[in-house]
Amino acid sequence: MTNLLNENNYGLFFKLIFLGLLDAIGIWASVLLYFQGAYGFIVALLLGAATINYVFLSDRTYPIRYMVPGLIFLFAFVVYPIGYTFYLSTTNYGTGHILSKQQAIESLKGQYYQPEDPVSYSFEAYKNNQGDIKLILQSNTGDKTYLTGGEKLTEVNLGNERFVDSDEDGTIESFGDYELMSRTEVIGVLQKLQKWKPEANGVALQMSNLTTFDQRISRYEYLEERDRIRDRQTGELFRPEEGTFVSTTTDRSLEPGYKATVGLENFSRIFTDPMITGPFLRVFTWTFIWAFMSVLTTFVLGLGIAIILNDSRLRLKPLYKGLLILPYAIPAFISALIWRGFFNTNVGIINTKLLQPLLGLSPAWFQDPLLAKVAVLIVNLWLGFPYMMVVCLGALQSIQPELYEVAKVDGASPFQQFRKITLPLLMVSVGPLLIGSFAFNFNNFNIIFLVTRGEPPIVGATTAGSTDILISYTYKLAFGGQGATQYGLAAAISIIIFLIIGTISAINFHYTGALEEMSENV
Amino acid sequence: MFNTKSIFKRFWSWFSDRGFKHLIMFAVLAFVLYPIIWIISASVNPVGSLSAQSLVPDNPTLENYRLFFLGGANKYDAPFLLWLWNSLKLSVLTGLIGTAMSALAAYAFSRFRFTGRRTGLLSLLLVQLFPQMLAMVALYFLLLQIGDLAPWLGLNTHTGLLMVYLGGSLGFHTWLLKGFFDSIPHSLEESAQVDGASHFQAFIRIILPLARPMLAVIFILTMIFVYSDFILASILLQDSSQYTLAVGLKLFIFGSYNQRWGIFAAAALIGALPIVAIFLSLQDQIVAGLTQGSVKG
Repeated sequence: MTNLLNENNYGLFFKLIFLGLLDAIGIWASVLLYFQGAYGFIVALLLGAATINYVFLSDRTYPIRYMVPGLIFLFAFVVYPIGYTFYLSTTNYGTGHILSKQQAIESLKGQYYQPEDPVSYSFEAYKNNQGDIKLILQSNTGDKTYLTGGEKLTEVNLGNERFVDSDEDGTIESFGDYELMSRTEVIGVLQKLQKWKPEANGVALQMSNLTTFDQRISRYEYLEERDRIRDRQTGELFRPEEGTFVSTTTDRSLEPGYKATVGLENFSRIFTDPMITGPFLRVFTWTFIWAFMSVLTTFVLGLGIAIILNDSRLRLKPLYKGLLILPYAIPAFISALIWRGFFNTNVGIINTKLLQPLLGLSPAWFQDPLLAKVAVLIVNLWLGFPYMMVVCLGALQSIQPELYEVAKVDGASPFQQFRKITLPLLMVSVGPLLIGSFAFNFNNFNIIFLVTRGEPPIVGATTAGSTDILISYTYKLAFGGQGATQYGLAAAISIIIFLIIGTISAINFHYTGALEEMSENV
Repeated sequence: MFNTKSIFKRFWSWFSDRGFKHLIMFAVLAFVLYPIIWIISASVNPVGSLSAQSLVPDNPTLENYRLFFLGGANKYDAPFLLWLWNSLKLSVLTGLIGTAMSALAAYAFSRFRFTGRRTGLLSLLLVQLFPQMLAMVALYFLLLQIGDLAPWLGLNTHTGLLMVYLGGSLGFHTWLLKGFFDSIPHSLEESAQVDGASHFQAFIRIILPLARPMLAVIFILTMIFVYSDFILASILLQDSSQYTLAVGLKLFIFGSYNQRWGIFAAAALIGALPIVAIFLSLQDQIVAGLTQGSVKG
């Protein structure tokens, strides 16, 4: 009994140290995050820490303690990303809509135009001992004089005594510790000066030649109270509409746009925007055909081999089984990359060693949509049938041999035995696995992306290829690096995939009664 | 007695009974082994190009294997060994930590009755229906944001990718293990608890040792999944020195099949070896685990 108490005390001791450390780290991290302005993370962190403290201190929540480590990762990297995907699917996030609205307005304000008759400023450059450079700019109209260090224009009066013009030729020789630079010296820093765009009150200057800066005017101004952008050059007004500033009078819109929620816009684009609908429907259809054909081909071959191997009198059975399982043991990404080489039109061994010598053919596997589809199905058959073989073999062995004896006595042909006994009994145990295999192949990214990369391209489509399935299409939209990235659209397609997979799983649960069984067992 | 007709008859009856089965098996074996034999042949072929390949190479050499182990010093400047190490590191760590977390959660679901237990189990199952890779865009931005605050946890780090894998490995394996724990009689722990062991001690000393075979299967399934993952690693890792073998090998060979075929063949074979070895030695258990749920990637 004393022993038990001691151990409990140890437990309490370690628990308090653990929680103390955790809270200390949590508070320290919150302070750091506060200075970074990451308030969302702070809320998540504090909620998480509070929950953990509660779970470890209250006796009622004892079982939850075992789940804490897993739940942290499950929430952070599965549940939260699912929610975030739903959120992203309602935004226009992507190329041209990366910035926040405020950043987009700033970016627009940074665009300048040169008025038809710009005011020119002649300049002299000055340098101090540290190598800093300043310019004195005088307008050709003679009414403005500015001093600048590169960013801000400060209006100055050269009559001030700090500006020294000892020879009284009208050119200032020095001010403060800055000394006049010769034109040769100016040429030395030309590259630097060309990048300068000093500005004040919407007036910006930019170097136009060795002696002058020209005036540029900030093209857009933001009218805050009306939430409009005004184009100073044309006088046009732009109103914000779902992440883009669009003209109120013409069909012009401004670049860049900004990130905004657009409701179900992405989903409606999938079904109405002709640039997307066509490719999407082809990808969508092929995804189903691909998943179905993958299951069908691997199952037929796997079952056929299983039936042959199920013959107990067959010699060499372990050898056959051992060798046939090999493709399944090799990681799929490696097999896919190898097969991509084999299918190479000019140098791949399928053409050079098999088809060319035997049939005189040399098909361009990845340029023809149909052949590319055949190629990925062949690869998938190669690495997928051993799974079906093993599964069917297990299921066949559980069928009682007496059933066949009886059938033979009744005069059933082998084919009838197969149809009436083998197949129905097999389906009971293998059926759900076929649906599972369908769902897996539905998202079989590795085979598609690593064998054909979704190619050949669909004519008229920017991103989608003939062998792309929904998941590889999503990947290309978001990370493809070809053309514009469309995170919002990619997230919307993820949601569609999720709905399809969810439906398939629901069918599977219904079919096997697994959910009811699980509900009873839990 | 020499009778041609009877020999032919006997052969035919053997053939139609079993012989044709061997014939079919040979055909399937040819389909299965053809690529494997070619890739082995390519890996020892001194001519490293795909177009110049022959089934039986002249002057076979282990040069390609030597290049593999040279790391960044090989003529392709591709750190294969580092990529392999990265893959193995991530798979083993995800396997170990993921299995431990699943086992802890499964123990609670199996041995305790508490409010929210049922809901918890069913939600775990539903969450798992959402393949993690569907959230790839969200995961990318999540790690991007985390990386702004803690660069060692963000994009292009193994810790970040490891956390993502851990999140994804949990749901289904918890179910699998819970089922297994349910089948272990309670009497064993109860007698230990009478002797003064706490729940946690009973879990560590009694349940875990008994569940060792199942834990091994889950460890290996997780490992194989992580080792074979391409999509998440390719999104979340950005530098060559961080790549896993899947990402590195793809970038290495895409677009350069003809020139780099020989060294690629060696790298592919070495890369496949750890998984093939594990798979073949534990084949029955792995297939049993797989048929209860997910399909290998």
